[in-house]
Amino acid sequence: MRGTLSDRMGAAVLMAPLLLFLILAYAWPFLGVVKWSFTLPTPGLGQYHALLTDELVQSVFIRTLRIAAIVTLVSVTAAYAITVVWVRGSPVQRVLAEFCILVPFWISVLTRAFGWVALLSNRGLINTWLQSIGFISEPLTLVRNEFGVIVGMSHFLIPFAVFPLASAMRSLDERVLLAARGLGSSRMRTFWTVFVPMTRSGIIGSAMITFVFSLGFFVTPAILGGGRSVMIAELIYLRIFQSPDWGLGAAISVVLVVFVGALMALLFRYVKPKQLV
Amino acid sequence: MQQPGRAAEIKANGIGKSFGSFRALDNLSLDIGRGEFLTLLGPSGSGKTTFLMILAGFVQPSEGKLFSDGVDITNRPAEQRAAGMVFQGYALFPHMSVEQNIAFPLKVRKKSAAEIKTRVGEMVERVGLKGHEKKLPAQLSGGQQQRVALARALVFGPGVLLLDEPFSALDKSLRGQMQAEMKRLHQETGTTFVFVTHDQSEALALSSRVAIFNHGKLLQVGRPDEVYDRPANRFVAEFLGEINMLPVKGVRPADNGATGLCEDRAVNMRCKAEAIKGDAILAIRPEDMSIAPEASVNQNGIAATAVASTYLGAATKLDLTTRQGAKVTVSVPNEVAAAALSKGNSVWLTWPAEKGFLLPDGGQ
Repeated sequence: MRGTLSDRMGAAVLMAPLLLFLILAYAWPFLGVVKWSFTLPTPGLGQYHALLTDELVQSVFIRTLRIAAIVTLVSVTAAYAITVVWVRGSPVQRVLAEFCILVPFWISVLTRAFGWVALLSNRGLINTWLQSIGFISEPLTLVRNEFGVIVGMSHFLIPFAVFPLASAMRSLDERVLLAARGLGSSRMRTFWTVFVPMTRSGIIGSAMITFVFSLGFFVTPAILGGGRSVMIAELIYLRIFQSPDWGLGAAISVVLVVFVGALMALLFRYVKPKQLV
Repeated sequence: MQQPGRAAEIKANGIGKSFGSFRALDNLSLDIGRGEFLTLLGPSGSGKTTFLMILAGFVQPSEGKLFSDGVDITNRPAEQRAAGMVFQGYALFPHMSVEQNIAFPLKVRKKSAAEIKTRVGEMVERVGLKGHEKKLPAQLSGGQQQRVALARALVFGPGVLLLDEPFSALDKSLRGQMQAEMKRLHQETGTTFVFVTHDQSEALALSSRVAIFNHGKLLQVGRPDEVYDRPANRFVAEFLGEINMLPVKGVRPADNGATGLCEDRAVNMRCKAEAIKGDAILAIRPEDMSIAPEASVNQNGIAATAVASTYLGAATKLDLTTRQGAKVTVSVPNEVAAAALSKGNSVWLTWPAEKGFLLPDGGQ
């Protein structure tokens, strides 16, 4: 959509405070972090060299990528099902789905993480119930490991994964689906060969948002991982606040930001920003 | 590719459809013959598209039964009806190439790869899309997309092809071209075509029969010349084209037709006047009337004054007012119109007795 010059000026004026805030609160301080990564404890590329050789840092990176990938797969799949109901269900189903999508936004991430601990811990609801019906004798380890982290993160990210999908499903021409059925395609086949491919941009957008979000997760993995399943954000925190190793923490931060930036650039090559909301 | 015997014969029996309190279709009974080209014509909201959707199986009728070749298909889901369908806006699969679009109904029917290849190739050739097989719909012009939609709907040899205003997005010249092409495809495939439009000239030009809808009711079904020359009522008469309405008084049966008084002059009509007695409306198409310098005993005629003209190229549309104030439009040769207008005073508006038909006075 292309407005007149004064329209665009007006938009620029309205956007300015946001941009200013981002520069002052994020970009400027981050330049300081970049500086640390090259100067602490001694000037040079030492911290980046350490990144490449430190096995702990590398294992955390790999774990973070793995968890992010699994969480993305779980979240997008669950969000897809929820969005189909939200966009194409009966009026009652739509209201229910909308409720389920919006309510999590009102509950703090901390509350939700502790909620999962209450459900998943050795004496939590799930283990007690499974034991009471005699399904298991020893409690299952559901928390303080990757499983717990994946559950908690997926739960947090599903609502975010819904919106790009909803946008793609809403803009889909209903007649194309009718055409598929009219040509003899069953509902199942129409869903897999027409509906899903036509919502491809939504799937890409949804997956990218979930993946990028997952990379920087802090609270949920810290609580549900119980120190055994450390992800990048937690590692940065530990390097800066517990072992005063600011230079390494800063270097990890810079690598994370560059990586996320590259992913976002890739995302916008395939999907327009307005398709994400 | 198409066995002529495969064309379907469809029978609609007392079909009705309500959406809430809105009556979209009322007690519709209609037989669609094998290999026929039937047009469903009517203004928007007349029920023609609802009927097409019921034929396709996308809409369930509230009452009535639908038969295809004598088999009750009222409750058969769309995907099992095997009707080809061309949608308004074409509804092509945007993520599939031309070839994949056309192959879709064959893949669904689990045809062998070799058969799919041959039949898609044939169809691409038939609709003139050779060289475009690998393109996506978005890379095609409107006319080409239309061809893909037709090819996709015909490739599996459906017993009936349903078309929902397929040409509404095309410009006029392309429309004419596609109409000719569709007529050719109808002859070549021998399939039953059911075509929805609100364009009366399209309906008259294409169909073997026209079904005219208004307010959810089927008003008349017949060959194009039947509905045009002998419309069942005033709505049909007016919807199919411009028509003049002249009041006639004291209508009574006479030799080979009826007679009455129009603007105080005796007029003869060849049409039957069984149900009509006394006052009536004589309806005559503009092209059936002409302009004469003076009255003639062989033709019906009344006096009128030319008031305006519209040049249409091949002919001129002339607007006249009769002595008693009725507005009449005639289509006449350009020089006749010029002469009538330049005279300024009254001319004779004439028409042969066999033209025109009687409608009840004020009747619908």
